[in-house]
Amino acid sequence: MKLDCKHVWEHISEYIDKTVGAKLREEIEGHLEHCEICSAILDSMRNILVLTADDRTFELPVGYSERLHERLAKALESSEKDSKKE
Amino acid sequence: MRMTETNEAGLIARILGGEKELFHELIRPYERMVYLTLFSIVKNETEAEDGAQEAMINTYRHLKSFRGDAKFSTWLTTIAINEGRKRLRKAKTAAEESIEEEAEEHEGDYTPAPLTDWREIPLEALERKEIRAALRGAVAELPDIYRQVFTLRDLEELNVVETALALGITVNVVKVRLHRARIMLQKRLVPFLRTTAPPRRWFFGRA
Repeated sequence: MKLDCKHVWEHISEYIDKTVGAKLREEIEGHLEHCEICSAILDSMRNILVLTADDRTFELPVGYSERLHERLAKALESSEKDSKKE
Repeated sequence: MRMTETNEAGLIARILGGEKELFHELIRPYERMVYLTLFSIVKNETEAEDGAQEAMINTYRHLKSFRGDAKFSTWLTTIAINEGRKRLRKAKTAAEESIEEEAEEHEGDYTPAPLTDWREIPLEALERKEIRAALRGAVAELPDIYRQVFTLRDLEELNVVETALALGITVNVVKVRLHRARIMLQKRLVPFLRTTAPPRRWFFGRA
């Protein structure tokens, strides 16, 4: 049986995550071998996922970590006072 | 690099035993994760940062109730999500919220942008501001329910089960939303990334 493109697209996300069954995986790979459209879609999607997951794409605000730990230090300190009162 | 679960369990036990300062070390590997989780919900840097601080403080205050049957990272993500949702509820009117819920049932056309060849955009391209902005913009434009799943799965690398637990949805719903999110990103970004085709210098040093 031959898969059509639409069928491949439906499973493309699971294919990337390697969670499709062995048989379907084989069929998809067979399709990809001769379908330049689906191959290009898959390549572009993988590429986009790598780019968006890079730390440079979503940067943390400058000084975020320092401010976080400062605030935590205060919270830890005040909780210490509370527990001493008890 | 994240700590191993055994290290974490040991740290948590010591913190609860009175070595409070170690809490700083416990959460250090998750600073980025908690911020991104908040940002995926509140979509505003200041709110996300403030929410991340609150979430971390809440985590500390409730550390005693962490049973260790879930991973610490999943538990922390759940707290971050709750903090984000709380902030969102404050900011949104009831009318807006119901629109958001309806979106879940929306059966759209989730087909990718067709193309016949893809010239890989290398990571060095991220040095360019407009590329980073386009990627962030495309993620920001995803409907909320898709963006949240995408953030947990593809940016924070939680697995499907952890994502489902943290968001309180089923594994199947996670898969459907993730699939749609990725398709939408591909559809939205491919035309842009192709027009800003990599100049030749990107290939220097790669041959």
